[in-house]
Order: sequence, then C-alpha cells, then structure tokens
Amino acid sequence: MRPLVRGATGGAGVLRAIVLATALLGGWQAYAQLSGIDDFLLPAPTEVARALYHDRSLLWQQLTVTAGEVLLGIVVALVAGLACALTLHLWRAVRRTAYPLLVASQTVPIVIVAPLLVAWWGFDLAPKLAIVGLVCFFPVTVTTLDGLGSVDPELRKLMRTLDASRWQTLRRVEAPAALPALFSGARIAVAVAVIGAVLAEQAGSSDGLGHLIIQSIPQFETARAYAAVAVLSAFAIALFGALTLAERQLLPWAHRPTGGTP
Amino acid sequence: MPAKGAMTVRPEAPVREPRTVKGREPRPVGAHADAVRVVAVSRAYATRRGPVRALGGMSLRARAGEVVAVVGPSGCGKSTLLELICRLQAPDAGSVEGAPAVLMAQRDLLLPWASALDNAALPLLVAGARRARARERARPLFAQLGLGGFETAMPHELSGGMRQRVAVLRTLLAGKPVLALDEPFASLDALTRAQTQEWLAQALARESRTVVLVTHDVEEAVVLADRVVVMSPRPGRDVASLPVEIARPRRRTDPAVVALRERTLEALGAQT
Repeated sequence: MRPLVRGATGGAGVLRAIVLATALLGGWQAYAQLSGIDDFLLPAPTEVARALYHDRSLLWQQLTVTAGEVLLGIVVALVAGLACALTLHLWRAVRRTAYPLLVASQTVPIVIVAPLLVAWWGFDLAPKLAIVGLVCFFPVTVTTLDGLGSVDPELRKLMRTLDASRWQTLRRVEAPAALPALFSGARIAVAVAVIGAVLAEQAGSSDGLGHLIIQSIPQFETARAYAAVAVLSAFAIALFGALTLAERQLLPWAHRPTGGTP
Repeated sequence: MPAKGAMTVRPEAPVREPRTVKGREPRPVGAHADAVRVVAVSRAYATRRGPVRALGGMSLRARAGEVVAVVGPSGCGKSTLLELICRLQAPDAGSVEGAPAVLMAQRDLLLPWASALDNAALPLLVAGARRARARERARPLFAQLGLGGFETAMPHELSGGMRQRVAVLRTLLAGKPVLALDEPFASLDALTRAQTQEWLAQALARESRTVVLVTHDVEEAVVLADRVVVMSPRPGRDVASLPVEIARPRRRTDPAVVALRERTLEALGAQT
C-alpha cells in the first residue's frame, strides 16, 4: 500500500493519536474521581460513556437533525463561496471593493445575529442554513480565490499564445488548479459548520444536538450534554475524513510530487 | 483516420478559423516570405530601481521554414524577444511582423491532472474541438514522434525528457506557423538534453515550421539551427548572424560543428 501522505494519517500517527487521547481521558477520569468534584459540574468520561449508551436513540435522533443542517449549510456555503471566489477572481475591481466587506462579514458575532435571524424566520431550517452558510463560505471563498490565482504566470502566457479566451483559461487551467484549495476550504468549513449549527439551534430551535445541550444543563444532565458534544465531534471528524478520502480519490494528482518541473 | 506515412499537422490546416483577438491579429506578412520580421526593436521595463532596457535596436528575420537560434549572455533580453514575436507584449520602438507564433517555455508546464495525450491536445481543446476529436488528432503525432505508448501516462510518471517532448507536441499541435522556443531543454541533464535535441531535429524535419530558438547552449544552437544569431549584453541587439551550412543529421563531434561552435563562442566572447 502506498504510504499515505502527511504524517498524522500514517499507522504510527494513528497510534500516537490514540495514545494521546487515552492519556487525556485518563487524566480527566482521575481528576473527576479523585478530586471529589460534583458529577453535575464535571462528569467523568465513564459517566459520559454511560450517557452515550443510555441516550443513544435520543442522541441519534437529534444528530440527524443537526447533521442535516450542517450538510445543507455546507452546500449553501460551497455554492456561495464558489460564486464569491469566481466573481472576485474575474473582476479585479470587485475584489478590491468587496474583499474588505467579506472579511467584515466574518467579524459579525454570530451570537448576536442568530437570535435576529430566528426572530425573522422562525424555528425553521432557514436561519440555521443562513448561519452555517455565513460561517462556512468565508474559508471556501478565501482558499478557492487563492487557488484560482496560484496558476503559473508562464502557463497564462502559454494560454494567451494559444489564443485562449478568459473563459478557456478559467475552464482548462485555473478551475482544475483551484480544486485542491476548494477541498481545503471545505475541510475548514466542516469544523466551523458544526459550531455554527449548534449556535443556531441554541438561538431558537425545538430539536437538534445544540438544543439538547441547552436543555440538558439546567436539568443537571451534564453527562448527556457532554455526550452530545462527543457525538458532534465524531460527526465532524467523520466528515473531515470523508472529504480527505474524496479528495484523494478525485484529485490523485494533487498529492504527488510534480516531478520534472524544477 | 489519417493516411499512413508522413502525416503532418500542417499550420495551414487549422481546426477552426483563426480567432482574431483584439489587438493581436497577425500582421500581414506582405510580399516578403519572412515568417518573423523584427526590425530595430527597443523595449524597456520599469523596475523598482528605474527603467531597464531589455532590447535596444534588435533585428531578427526568419524565413518560412527556417530554424534560427538566438544565443546571448544571460539577461540580454532573449525572452523579451520571444514575447514580442508571440505578441505577448508590444515594442516601445521598431516593428514586429510575421505569422502567428506559439511560445514554449523552459519548464514543461504540463497540467498535472491531464494525461500526456490530453496535455498535448490542449491547444485543440482550447480551439474548441471536442475531447474525442482532439485526442484523435493528437494521437498520430505521438506514434510518429516516438511517444507511442505514453498517451495515457500522467505527467508525474514521465521523465524530464519525456515531459519536454510532450510539451513540444503541444506546441506543434497549436498549429501556428512559428514556434518560439525559450531555452526548451535548459532544465534537462546533459545526456537527456542531447537525446531530446536529436529528437527535436527529427521532429522539425517532419513538421516544417519556422522556429526561433532562444538558448544559452551554443552547441544546441549549432546542432539544431539553420542560422545562429548572436546578441549583445543588455540592452540586447543582434551583433552577428552565422549561417550553419552543415548537412543534417549533425553530430556534435563533427569538426564542422565544433568549428562553428568555436566561432559562435568567439562572437559571444567579443560581447562580454
């Protein structure tokens, strides 16, 4: 088997990750049991595991709600991010005027925007998609824009001597060259999408893991809240891994040394 | 299927009507048969440390079908000359006329996601051919020029010499009468370079094109060209034109080749 690129994914890397996770959990367990801290404040990992098992159908049901929001939100973000990146790439004037606004859009505190969106659009899917889309389209836009601009200037000259139109250069050269960057953007988006969905649910929702967390804490079901967090993390890791695998399958060329080019 | 034998990709058989790009139409060649006609051209660049004159009074002519090698000290504006010939830039003074030209750079610039065949067929795709049709047109050239069997190879699977050959095929398939080659083999090791030069000589014997070959390798110039033009240091201009009247195929150990190489080096040496 071909050794997988980038250390952390190799066999030794996985082993080290497991050792590290075990050590952290062990430390947590020891602290929770030995310090005599109340279970409501800090449940031990075993308590969280028990909650995971006990509430499995509830957690699964809520995960399907949140997962739907995350996945649809990422689709929204990909469409919006691609459109933004292409627009900014093709029109330099737009880039100069609109890029600062894009950056500004990321400084708007979601915690404030989320309740407003809920007030406008109710407890439906729409405000969740808007929030997940808002936090996710930025990494997609920035990485894709960089990818589109990363094409070798010599290659651009070659395309010009082939009488390639702007569209041809975009289609034949720039767009394929930007695909690895698009995947990087999507991987970053996955991680923030989960946070976005939880915030959106907490702002106003009748279900979802974010809603479950907000409910569990006043009910002194802290272990259940932690279990929900564990489920969310596992979901994000699975999505991240799926994207990485998909990229390896779809863009094998992006992970090879380029060879003869000095 | 093309007929057997010396099937060539002729410049006058375009896949489509040559697209006229605003401001870049090929100038009329006129009565003279020069495919390239650069007359007393000057070109300067603005840099942070003030303007740099790349070319000053450079002239160059290439008859249709002629292979002209341009040698000169580094930084003498050779690449600028090729970009002028390809209409990638315009001269500050003087005139550039001639047939449409395609540029081939020192690096192969192959697209890592496309097979060798698709890379070579890129100009046909850009010209609007469908993928199947473009491949069909590119495939015979692979067989004729000794690249048969490498069609489906990805660029990373090819050696430097093979990559450069695929880049040459792509340049040929652009279907332009003039090839502007910018140190095409400079990044290859000595042995591979010699083999690839030999291969290019054969390819050019099959595919009659006008070639302007910029190189710093005097031997390459003498082995490949009909005429060697020597440039001065920056601002570059032509200072000598040495016809290479040696029968092909030329061996680099041939006394006539060695003698002309020495003369070219002398002409170069007088400039530095």
